[in-house]
This record gives sequence, structure tokens and C-alpha cells, in this order.
Amino acid sequence: MNIWIEIAVSALLLLGCSFALIGAIGLYRLPDFFTRLHGPTKATTLGVGSLIVASMLFFAGSEHRLSLHELLLAIFLFITAPVSAHMLARAALQQKVRLVERTRGQPREE
Amino acid sequence: MKRLLPQPGLSLLLIVMWLLLTNSLNLGQLLLGGLLGVAIPLLCRRFLLEVPPVRKPAKLVSFALLVLYDIVIANVHVARLVLGRRDRLRPAFVEVPIEIRDEFVLAVLSSVLSLTPGTVSAGLSPDHSRLLLHVLDLEDADDLVAQVKTRYEAPLLEIFECSPT
Amino acid sequence: MFAYVIPLCLAMLALAVVLNLLRLIEGPDMPDRVLALDTLSINALALIVLLGIWLRSGTFFEVALLIAVMGFVTTVALGKHLLHGDIID
Repeated sequence: MNIWIEIAVSALLLLGCSFALIGAIGLYRLPDFFTRLHGPTKATTLGVGSLIVASMLFFAGSEHRLSLHELLLAIFLFITAPVSAHMLARAALQQKVRLVERTRGQPREE
Repeated sequence: MKRLLPQPGLSLLLIVMWLLLTNSLNLGQLLLGGLLGVAIPLLCRRFLLEVPPVRKPAKLVSFALLVLYDIVIANVHVARLVLGRRDRLRPAFVEVPIEIRDEFVLAVLSSVLSLTPGTVSAGLSPDHSRLLLHVLDLEDADDLVAQVKTRYEAPLLEIFECSPT
Repeated sequence: MFAYVIPLCLAMLALAVVLNLLRLIEGPDMPDRVLALDTLSINALALIVLLGIWLRSGTFFEVALLIAVMGFVTTVALGKHLLHGDIID
């Protein structure tokens, strides 16, 4: 395989895994539910997205056939991540999970 | 024609997705995809959302690129906040008044906001006039509202043919 | 080069999975646990994509797609359950 493709795939893999790890670190160490929600919805989604691009590039480079179906996975993730985050946020608001005290603008009771 | 293909865009999308799923481009799969593309919208038409027509396709492409760029920027930003000091975070809830009335465009807006600038959409007021956002690190609420309105809402209103009220 | 990069990536993802599991055990509230479960499924998906690259096989794609779909449906079902105490509206 072309050395440049190898370097690009490696860089994307490392980047993707770092973002996935950062998402998990955010999930573990941030103080309350709503701040924790940010890590997985953004970092993990982008991390997996860049892993998928790396996979596409790898198979295009090693087998000389364009395989686009990984794109389907990326599109699916980018559509579903905000939906599940929104859903969980609504559930958490309804259940009145504990918030960090310094959270400003706490939502009114409906 | 209208009865057979209630949403031509959706049908096209289904065909493309079928071809991606089977990872092939031959006549058989194309026909099967076409069959699915016609059958699924017909079977689901009772509960499909009405998608407003795209008025400016070129603008849509540039908006998609902007969002993609913002996703990367937002991720670097969130990564720095996650790895930084915990007690320096300034989490907040912000309510953004929105002008978009169309359900589909509203869903697009809240998804984009969840993916981009350090915000997660957390709820919608019952009359669909205000969107509740949770911000990880808020500097100034008015700035954020202005940014949401000019950077994301205005282009969406311009792209999709739906009258702002 | 891949001989070094891929094990490193696997280790990073494994660490991510461990952190998710810790959050899953610790809670403290139900939404936290559901969120941890959702992240766990996305990380499992990343592991599978990586395994597909390592073993140079395209057949892992279907597995990854299935995990993505099941993870999403599970999260939505659990979220609905938390919201209404009922899964079907």
C-alpha cells in the first residue's frame, strides 16, 4: 500500500480513538448529567466518524475498490446521536436529576 | 404521479441508501432499490413528516460544509473543556426563541445545535416557540442566542421554503 | 506502521470502554446509566470497525451497522420508558 495512504489512515485512526477516549473521559469525570451529555454526543460521534473515514480509505487503498457503504454508518450515527441526546435530556429534566449548583438559568417548572 | 410518489426526494434517498447497503451498482439492485423507494413511502405515508421543498440547493451544500467544519471545531473545544479544570466550567441552561415553525426544519436545527457549538438541545416549550439548550461553558447568553440565530437559524429559514412568522 | 498504531488504538478504546463501565456502575441516576450504555454501544461499534481494519475484512461492516441500529433503538426505548413509564406511545 502507498505510504501516504498508510500515514493518513494511521493519523485518522489515532485521531478517532483519541476523540472516543475523550468522550469517555468526559462521561466519567464531568460533574453532572447535563455536562456529561456533551462528551458522548460530540466527541464520540466525531471519533467514530473519523474511524469510519479511515476504514474507507484503508479498503480503497488496499483492495483498490471503492467501498462507500461505511458512509451509511457515519450518516446513521450523525443523525441518531442528537436524537438520543435530546431524548435523554428530556428524561433527565423530567426526573429532576441533580445539577451542579452553579448551573445558571435553571429551567422553570412547567 | 403525485399519488405514486408522495415524496420523490425520500424515494431517491432510499434508492441511494439501498445501493450503499448492498455496496453494488448493478441493474438488479437498482431495480430492487427502486421498488423499495416506491413502496416504503407509500406504506408509510400516513405518518411521514411533510418535508418543505428546498429553495436554494447551493446554499444547502454550503450550509452542510459549514456545519461539518463547526463540528470539528466544537469537538476540539469540548475536548479542551473535558480535559481542563472541572471547577472552571460554567454550565448553564439558555432558552432561545425560535422563528422556525416547520417541524422538520426544527428537528434539523436542534440536531445541528446538539452536534456543534458546546450546546445540547434539551427541550422544546409546548408551543414550539422556545428551544431549551444546555451549554457546557457559557460566556454570555445574549451572544450565544445571537450566534444561534444568525449562524444556523437564518440559513435554514433561507434554504427551506417556510415562512417565518 | 499499522502493527503499532492499531494495538495502540485498541488500548485507547478499551480504556474508553472501562470508563463507560465505571459510569454505568456508579450511576448515580437512571439517565446517567442509559447514557453510559449508549456510549458503550458506540464504543463497541468503534472497536468492531477497528477490528475490521486489523483483520482486513469487510464483513465486519454488517455487525457494526447492526450494533448501531440496536444501540439507537435501545436508547430510545429506555428514554421513552424514563419519560412516560411506557415504551409505546
